[in-house]
Amino acid sequence: MSLINSAPEMVLTSTVDQVLNWTRKSSLWYMLFGLACCAIEMMHTGGPRADLDRFGMVPRATPRVSDLMIIAGTLTLKMALRTKVLYEQMPDPKYVVSMGSCSNCGGLFQYAYSVCDGVDKVIPVDVYVPGCPPRPEALTEGLIMLQKKIMQEKWITRSSDTPRLGGPIGERT
Amino acid sequence: MSVELEIHDSQGLPTEEMTLNMGPQHPSTHGVLRFIVKADGEVMRRAIPDIGYLHRSIEKIAEKVGWHGFMPYTDRVDYVAAMACNQGWAMAAEQLAGIEVPRRGEYCRVIAAELSRICSHLLGVGAMGMDMGAITPFTHALRERDMIMDLLEELCGARLTFNYMRIGGVAWDLPHDFVEKVSHYLDHLEPVIEEFNQLLGYNRIYVKRFADVATVDADMAIAWGLVGPNLRGSGVDFDVRRDLPYSVYEDFDFDVPLGSGEMGSIGDCWDRYIVRMREMVESIRILRQALAGIPEGPVIAKVARNFKPPVGDVHVKIEAPRGEQSWYVSSDGSEYPHRVHIRTGSFTAMGIIDRLSRGLMIADLVAVIASMDIVAPEVDR
Amino acid sequence: MDSTGIHAALRGHFDTAVGELAPGPFEASIEVDASAIEAVCTFLRDEKGLEFDNLSNLSGADYPELERIQAVYSLFSYKQRHSITLRVNADRTAPVIPTVEAVWPAANWLEREIFDLLGVEFSGHCDLRRILLPEDWVGYPLRKDYEEQPDYHGISTVRENLLTMKRD
Repeated sequence: MSLINSAPEMVLTSTVDQVLNWTRKSSLWYMLFGLACCAIEMMHTGGPRADLDRFGMVPRATPRVSDLMIIAGTLTLKMALRTKVLYEQMPDPKYVVSMGSCSNCGGLFQYAYSVCDGVDKVIPVDVYVPGCPPRPEALTEGLIMLQKKIMQEKWITRSSDTPRLGGPIGERT
Repeated sequence: MSVELEIHDSQGLPTEEMTLNMGPQHPSTHGVLRFIVKADGEVMRRAIPDIGYLHRSIEKIAEKVGWHGFMPYTDRVDYVAAMACNQGWAMAAEQLAGIEVPRRGEYCRVIAAELSRICSHLLGVGAMGMDMGAITPFTHALRERDMIMDLLEELCGARLTFNYMRIGGVAWDLPHDFVEKVSHYLDHLEPVIEEFNQLLGYNRIYVKRFADVATVDADMAIAWGLVGPNLRGSGVDFDVRRDLPYSVYEDFDFDVPLGSGEMGSIGDCWDRYIVRMREMVESIRILRQALAGIPEGPVIAKVARNFKPPVGDVHVKIEAPRGEQSWYVSSDGSEYPHRVHIRTGSFTAMGIIDRLSRGLMIADLVAVIASMDIVAPEVDR
Repeated sequence: MDSTGIHAALRGHFDTAVGELAPGPFEASIEVDASAIEAVCTFLRDEKGLEFDNLSNLSGADYPELERIQAVYSLFSYKQRHSITLRVNADRTAPVIPTVEAVWPAANWLEREIFDLLGVEFSGHCDLRRILLPEDWVGYPLRKDYEEQPDYHGISTVRENLLTMKRD
């Protein structure tokens, strides 16, 4: 304690977890991956009005350098297999936001023969954003929720060989 | 389709053919399209499109949800210009049942559809710029789109998937002050389009990427079934709104812009771009006339909730932003349609790419897709 | 030219392969024998005064009670600005229609789409593969008696809480 008290005023103390999570949440690079209608609203979220750049989020063209996958739109069965491949290509830690009713549960198209009703049948999902399509504000809120979730992750205590399969690491609030 | 192109390098020695995969996740494929590119170095022998990654079985759903219930699904046929699809479906059902739409309803439709057309073309030309490496015009386009979406949201409560039209008319009358707001917005938009065109269309890099690339002559465009701006870019003077008039388009005075080979040859990518830019200006003209001449009266005709059109089938053609949409709707006299088939502009535009891509550079494939303004849901439905 | 004139021209050239002119409430249509469709289309495209240079739509519909699948060709002429609808019936158990791809290249994809969704075989087509659905898909979904498979590559297609999507 005396060490902290004796440090100069500009020094802040924190836990390693918090620092790691803070850096992670502030530079979530999302994959430019639009499936259907929601992709247009995702573009608008990245556009001048909603402006995702202020969260440190920039679109990336390839899964290899992305942290976040926004499933924006209807997932057809033909696409579901490819989506799984894309998810597997992303490096850890990786997050998935399911945007819109179609990817949450199939939405309008849940009884269609060619549509996979819910992206969580194929890959794990961190945040679900409802709407058909969700407004840019709704997507922004979903991403802020994801940031809150990231802040609660515990990396140091986690055993490195535990595979991260869906679900949150650490406690949910 | 068999290819009889021989691959030879400059010395006449055959080289090995490469197979490249492009998509379904690719930033410039406008959704989920995939191409299998057979390339000889940088030159493509073929680009074989693989579609269906967004096939949502909309046509089958139509057979199950009934006439009124299908309207929200038409929004998703082409979500960039949902109003046009709304109108196509409503017109098909009205023709089958012989319903007359009130004139104010038709004017509301035209206002909504033309706003939607500007919205769609803005995204189209913005994406053309982005695919050629110019990010800034795209954000300008999104800025303008946001404003139009605000207007349309005021009209029908949704930003993208409007569900505004009904069989027999439109769901709601124009809101208070809507006419003034739209006129005010059009005053703002007109100089912006000009500025946008100066920024993008005559940019030297842009012209070099687009001029003389993937030229489609008039006969080829007709035979391959290109429609709308793609057809007019090839110099064919045809617009469904003018030549097979529907709704109240006869009341309006507007020009049909054609590709003239200003930067290269007629029917190249640049022509398809400039036709879209000029069409936005024409849409503004139509909108001004519609706003000035909108009559009083009801906006929707009386249509039974249990809507059962007589037995028969219709072909309805409308001019959607991505070209003529042809709706084949067949009724068996019940409360469910028997068959709905939508022939969209993007579908045929996608079909010609295999033919067009032969001999182009790989980087030009992106220019071709962008200039055709292809969106995936319209291709796959 | 109006539909009566087009029909008369076709009748004069093809005799019984071309059926009667069905007036229809909106657009008159002509029924054509499946075996003659390619010749009829070539004639319609090349004959002076007809000049149907564009296949604007090609749809298919399933009629299980009539034991047939119908292909509906909607033709348009940009030169003459007239249109006509042709209908071709095929047996539902083994539907085969000759391709018109050689007449209008636009037919290539439109025929593939009908093959994919309705299972009509277009004989002579250069590349008759599934277009919208994956290659390994089972069945033709737009047929009225289509049954979904329970799963696709391990992804279950069984929907929970299936309400009343099925038409009674």
